[in-house]
Amino acid sequence: MAAQAATPLKAKDFVSDQDVRWCPGCGDYSILKNVQRVMPDIGVPKEDVVFVSGIGCSSRFPLYMDTYGFHTIHGRAPAFATGIKAARPELSVWVVTGDGDGLSIGGNHLMHVLRRNLDVQILLFNNRVYGLTKGQYSPTSRVGMNTKSTPQGSIDHPIDPVSFALGAGATFVARAIDVDGPHLQEMLKRASAHPGTALIEILQNCPVYNDDEWVEVQERKSRAKTALVLEDGEPLVWGGPGERRGIAITDGVPSIIALGDDEDPTSKGVAVHDESHQSPSYAFALASLARPDFPVPIGVFRAVEKPSYERMLQDQVDAASVKAGPGDLHALLNSGDTWTVEA
Amino acid sequence: MSQTKKPVEEIDRVAIRFAGDSGDGMQLTGTKFTESTALAGNDLATFPDFPAEIRAPAGSLAGVSGFQVHFASEDIRTPADHPDVLVAMNPAALRTNLPDLRPGGMVIVNTDAFTTKNIAQAGYEEDPLPAARDSHRLVEIPLTSLNREALKDLKLGARETDRCKNFFALGIMFWLYNRPAESTERWLGGKFKGDVLEANLRVLKAGHAYGETTELFPVSFVVPRAKIQPGTYRNITGNTALAWGIVAAGQQLEQPIFLGAYPITPASDILHELARYRHFGIKTFQAEDEIAAACSAIGASFAGHLGICTTSGPGFILKQEALGLAVMTELPVVVVDVQRAGPSTGMPTKTEQADLLAAVYGRNSDSPIPVLAPSTPGDCFHTMIEAFQIAVRYMTPVVVLSDGYLANSSEPWLIPDVGALPRQTVDYATDPETFQPYSRDPETLARPWAVPGTPGLEHRLTGIESEDVTGNVSYIAENHEKMVALRSEKIARIANDLPPIETNGSASGELLVVGWGGTCGALTAAVNEARESGQDVSSIHIRHLNPFPSNLGDVLGSFKQVLVAELNQGQLWRMLRAEYLVPAESLAKVEGQPFKISEVRARIDQMLGGGAH
Ligand code: SF4
Repeated sequence: MAAQAATPLKAKDFVSDQDVRWCPGCGDYSILKNVQRVMPDIGVPKEDVVFVSGIGCSSRFPLYMDTYGFHTIHGRAPAFATGIKAARPELSVWVVTGDGDGLSIGGNHLMHVLRRNLDVQILLFNNRVYGLTKGQYSPTSRVGMNTKSTPQGSIDHPIDPVSFALGAGATFVARAIDVDGPHLQEMLKRASAHPGTALIEILQNCPVYNDDEWVEVQERKSRAKTALVLEDGEPLVWGGPGERRGIAITDGVPSIIALGDDEDPTSKGVAVHDESHQSPSYAFALASLARPDFPVPIGVFRAVEKPSYERMLQDQVDAASVKAGPGDLHALLNSGDTWTVEA
Repeated sequence: MSQTKKPVEEIDRVAIRFAGDSGDGMQLTGTKFTESTALAGNDLATFPDFPAEIRAPAGSLAGVSGFQVHFASEDIRTPADHPDVLVAMNPAALRTNLPDLRPGGMVIVNTDAFTTKNIAQAGYEEDPLPAARDSHRLVEIPLTSLNREALKDLKLGARETDRCKNFFALGIMFWLYNRPAESTERWLGGKFKGDVLEANLRVLKAGHAYGETTELFPVSFVVPRAKIQPGTYRNITGNTALAWGIVAAGQQLEQPIFLGAYPITPASDILHELARYRHFGIKTFQAEDEIAAACSAIGASFAGHLGICTTSGPGFILKQEALGLAVMTELPVVVVDVQRAGPSTGMPTKTEQADLLAAVYGRNSDSPIPVLAPSTPGDCFHTMIEAFQIAVRYMTPVVVLSDGYLANSSEPWLIPDVGALPRQTVDYATDPETFQPYSRDPETLARPWAVPGTPGLEHRLTGIESEDVTGNVSYIAENHEKMVALRSEKIARIANDLPPIETNGSASGELLVVGWGGTCGALTAAVNEARESGQDVSSIHIRHLNPFPSNLGDVLGSFKQVLVAELNQGQLWRMLRAEYLVPAESLAKVEGQPFKISEVRARIDQMLGGGAH
């Protein structure tokens, strides 16, 4: 983790001089604003912050942050981030990607950065559609989705980003909503503090090509009924007075338990959220919760610690230097069998 | 080992080919013989030629693995067109290699392997040995049984025992050419323990003693030390030299190296070698695929390291999009393509030079990249330092084209004096007052390298066309045209730093042979032989393939005829004709094998009108 900034920064210090060019009403605006707001709290000097992205609407993100930024090629941001972080472990490296960039063309790299546990933050904006190429279905689009490339409806079974990340062995996986600023900021702080790969799926609205995909959880008045807010050590309970319900998980299979307003959830068998549950199957069961049968969990699904890739690599470099001494080129070139031809 | 009591005959040069099953350890045998020969002070060149399959079926033609070593008391440049001696461990090895042997050459065979089954498996209709007795000097040795006899009191299994027979053969060859065995014994001591060590040492000695006592060899031979430039030498392969050149570049530019690589034949050894040098501050990253390897290296360059990736043809093509980004964002990264026969998977262990056009032109749009090619195994070392110097000075990706022949063949290498290697300082941008991401050095047109961690220099790079100076996203037509022109002018200016190309032979004349890359030895040897026989032929070997050296056009224009010789269908030939409008001819070879001197000489004869030899 990078050092703290000397003078306190403000959100505007993270605003670049470029005009933001997303469509009006795009969920990306809210995400950008919340990231810029939370960066001073995270407190890394901005010269030590690098935003890396691939291609797509979300991938323009680094251009709008007044930090170091690298807007690269489609799907490969995790690979660029790996080079940056492995070379310079002291930098705070953020990857911004989308459901197409991260899970379609870049699925391979996303899987590998997660399993290696490189200490970077990955923000995956999931709007369940291709925006920049004008509205084709994406790997997270629902079966049957009608788009220009699927006039008869999509026949692809979608992938869930949280399940994908858990399956790849991610040590930190969370979900947030583009318009829920305070919660999103909390997730960003948690991700930044996590010493390993931290993936946040951000449910993001694309008003142009897939409007209202997440409207049930975006709108404050329906959110209480549709979103399950995960809090470590708290029972899995959602719904307001008169509609209180909880989730029990038996043999990895979730079920809904109706609760009275004053009833103790745990005595009725409701599970208590445990981010650091040693088996990922618990988090995987949570990730299977989806509308319309279940609420959408938001918050931290899993947070466990494992050594990070760049740390172990640096440790090998340091240990080798201690053991063998600093590299000596002359000694290397003259190692092994040599012979001398006299003049 | 004791001095021989038989007569010793002095010879100038000899080429030996060891051939057997992939499981017979022929590459190891050849390598150990080569190391010993190097220590004996000869000039040498080797050519390992092995199948792509790890273990093809035993005794099959597809499974034959060969290692040729040519050594001499004079300057030599190639592994020789035709070996003088063939060591054939089985009928398949005899069948695939005998046609290459010089007429009347010596063939040493393991007669125990010439069973009816093996003979049939090699595709012979009858025992080939009687015919070989007539055509060649055939030396028939029951290697398997002699080896078993020597090891019978050790507690080794039959397989382990039989696996030692290559060292029995090596012992014989050490005796026959009066080579010292100490380097091999030392190597064995570091590699094995117990009975296996004892067995190998014992058969090496037993082979040597067999040579001394058998009546099959009335004389042994000695090739005196070569009269070569004084200094300290070692034997080196192209891949090792290339890896060490990367280490050296890090030291000489005082920058940490980051290698992103994905395993691929014949480049993997470079990754293996560099992974051992963490104490030089080198970070190696085995990426999930070829694309990630390139992207991680470019990421490391963005972060201020010397990013590099090493690959071969199919992997090189996968990196092209990432290279385009490095062109656009003007980041210094080096990509090594150890070319192999293609297209597609092609013949992974066989050499070719057919990625030249892909290196120079193989990306979308106008995206110029400097391209360099080493000419000998040892030259791979110096080429890597130069590649990084260009990358950093001009802020550009650089491609280095090695090839399968250079990668695996070896030569005695005059170890460079580290103090005399080029040094170069790297200046990162630091001044927030003057910094602009795409301002340019007036001489080189390089943009500044501003690395994360530098206060006040926060900026964004993108593959979207960027505005001149500011680097802001720009879709303005005039700006794009200007940036395209700037990017190509920058690469063109590299020619200002290049030394003029030197001609081997005369500055002008009848015929100029032009080559590049790993064919240098064969082409130079052919041209030198032709000159000695009185032919008006000279040669150049082009190291800088993009941009070309400034005097190349003049040199080409100074000869009546030009012949471009390369292991592809005429890629440099096309480039030279397009660039200089010279009526050059092409000598193209695509067999997965290096040029033979005789092939080049035949074409020279033809172009000069009649055979002079
Ligand atoms: S297309 Fe959709 S995701 Fe892209 S900028 Fe417009 S609204 Fe946002």
